[in-house]
Amino acid sequence: MRPSPARLLNILVPVKRAVDYAVKIRVNPQQTGVDLNVKHSMNPFDEIAVEEAVRIRERLPKGSEPVNITALTIGPPKSIETLRTALAMGADTAIHVEIPESAPAPEPLGVAKAIRAIIEKHKDKEGVDMVILGKQAIDDDLGQTGQMIAGLLGWGQATYASKIDLNLEQKNAVVTREIDGGLEQVRVKFPMIITTDLRLNEPRYASLPNIMKAKKKPVTKLTPADLGVSFEPQMEILKVTEPPKRVGGAKVESVDELVEKLKAAGFNAV
Amino acid sequence: MSRLWHWSRRCSLVLSRQNSTLASRLNSITDADALHFAKVLSSPTSLLSILPSISTPPEELDIYNNDWMGKYRGKSTTVLKPKTTQEVSEIVKWCNDRRIGIVPQGGNTGLVGGSVPLRDEVILSLSNMTQVRSFDPVSGILVADAGCILQSLTDYVAPHNHIMPLDLGAKGSCQIGGNVSTNAGGLRLLRYGSLHGSVLGLEVVLPDGTILDQLTTLRKDNTGYDLKQLFIGAEGTLGIITGVSILTPPAPQASNNVILALPRFENVLPLYKTVKRQLSEILSAFEFIDRTAYDLAVKHGQGRALSEEDVEGAECFVLVETSGGRREHDEEKLNNLLESLLEADEPLINTGVMAQNPAQFSSLWALREGVTEAVSKEGKAYKYDISVPLSTFKECVDLTRERLRSKGLLNEAQVKAVIGYGHVGDGNLHLNVIAKAYTPEIQDALEPFVYELVASHRGSVSAEHGIGAMKTHALHYSKDETSIAWMKKIKAIFDPNGIMNPGKVLE
Repeated sequence: MRPSPARLLNILVPVKRAVDYAVKIRVNPQQTGVDLNVKHSMNPFDEIAVEEAVRIRERLPKGSEPVNITALTIGPPKSIETLRTALAMGADTAIHVEIPESAPAPEPLGVAKAIRAIIEKHKDKEGVDMVILGKQAIDDDLGQTGQMIAGLLGWGQATYASKIDLNLEQKNAVVTREIDGGLEQVRVKFPMIITTDLRLNEPRYASLPNIMKAKKKPVTKLTPADLGVSFEPQMEILKVTEPPKRVGGAKVESVDELVEKLKAAGFNAV
Repeated sequence: MSRLWHWSRRCSLVLSRQNSTLASRLNSITDADALHFAKVLSSPTSLLSILPSISTPPEELDIYNNDWMGKYRGKSTTVLKPKTTQEVSEIVKWCNDRRIGIVPQGGNTGLVGGSVPLRDEVILSLSNMTQVRSFDPVSGILVADAGCILQSLTDYVAPHNHIMPLDLGAKGSCQIGGNVSTNAGGLRLLRYGSLHGSVLGLEVVLPDGTILDQLTTLRKDNTGYDLKQLFIGAEGTLGIITGVSILTPPAPQASNNVILALPRFENVLPLYKTVKRQLSEILSAFEFIDRTAYDLAVKHGQGRALSEEDVEGAECFVLVETSGGRREHDEEKLNNLLESLLEADEPLINTGVMAQNPAQFSSLWALREGVTEAVSKEGKAYKYDISVPLSTFKECVDLTRERLRSKGLLNEAQVKAVIGYGHVGDGNLHLNVIAKAYTPEIQDALEPFVYELVASHRGSVSAEHGIGAMKTHALHYSKDETSIAWMKKIKAIFDPNGIMNPGKVLE
């Protein structure tokens, strides 16, 4: 039986503002973190998530149920730019959970709890069918948020997705995951969590008309208190240091010298 | 009418031109010469020669004898790669005494055959002179050996928050000495001006081996004739640049770019006016790509393509770059501009895309910068780098295409495409004809046709690529008799024996 057209497919896409991957990062003099006074942009894996949500809408045949894409971010006031990018790429609405500029970066558990709170708020209306997010953020590389949301909500999860096939009639999705030695396909029922891998898609450019439209799209502002969550860190960062500098190689004059050097470095013939 | 007379008179000069006899008076390099160079050069790896005493495998000389497009081939037996100015000086002095022709060579990325020998001249490569001599982070003045690769200099000044005043597609291979010798233009000229302004001093080895030290780091120096200007753009015909002092501007703190899709070429001019007025000091590039050039860049994987609907109905594209000191300020200006462009009653643009992160920023640039590479992947290119009034860009491309069609040459087996792209801000059009192979029929259809077309607009037959070997015969389309006569006099003063890059620039 076809679902009635009035019913929306609701996709929630959490995105994170992170130091751009093209920026050469520097450890701050206090060794507590990296210099954040650099170019930021949307975490690339989240960008892939936004793109996939938009493509899901574009792939659906005309006349099928409408798709609503909500972009969500938790971060300082500047994170609004990241939401505008998501809106320009095709998200319909956005939610900004604002934290002070000076607040420590939220950790995966706090983020997952906030996302759960938002999903529960949504329940009285239409309910979220699918959360698509990056498999990890490139700043802290923790890679836990998606799995934690699934755990907290008791939803199915398909992580590291490289292909998503939706079946709206049966309310499930077949997701291809890249694993060691091949591809794995899993079928997940709605509602579900999907985390994106690099090869899922290549995000589009934001077109000018869409950038202009994005400015007029609604952004709901919330505080952690509105959601009844706290982003108090559970981890303590002891020290951040740069990897040791690479020392240059040297030229040897003869094979004997090479063998000697290898021996001195602890390499011995088996 | 008078203009027409002007260039028809110039055409008649072609018929009367004589091949220079200077080149034939030069000597080939002998085994004894090679042995002498071996003594002069401090490192054995600085000398490549197929002559018996050295006997380098001939294929090792190929990259020096051939230009990167595979259009020009020299027959040099010997390549010298000195490490110091002193070594350059001794080589040049020897060559002058022995009447041996020298071709100075940088990254060999030129497009007019200026950096490869016409016959068997010795190739003097600057690629072993790669030291940065000094950099003053306060004034931004950089002094470097001529062989420094442009990209490595960019990387060198980057931590000091400076950038090189020029940027071009070949930045990963081209050398600063070659850039100066050819007065390279490139993508930043609109913002930072030509090298005639940003080069503050030069060290040059003159054709008799004397070292002319004008390597000053002064912004202002009105003390008589500014000799260094003569070497900027002389293409190695007056001496060999061994050191460069150049003013590097502070790095912009924020950059942004957009590609705009235009329904008609006629909109480029009014768009340029609007963009200039609204962005004013933050505008740093305004580049034009016609549809065929864009499609070619996409076909050969240069940067990520725009979506189908964004390119639909576009006749050409414009890339606009902004660079400024404060991101919020720049973005506001750019957004206001884009808003006014989209909301105009008669919009000049269909649509466009804006880079959202540095990766997209590079990708958009790749669509423009990658055209050169795409062209060489597509086929053999006849490249015309011309300065003509902006309003005639399209006409020049269309007339050239028509010309080839009327000669029955426009088909997959002969000429595959005629494209136009370039630096609108500088009035510089790159007119490229992409052929399956270089043939005399295509050559004859294009020349002197294109040059006459340029002359009819009082344009320049070489806006930024130089004259090299390709355009010596066409120099008269842009320079009158008096100018050429004085150029020859200057050449004779510096290089009476005609050893420096013989057959280039002047016939």
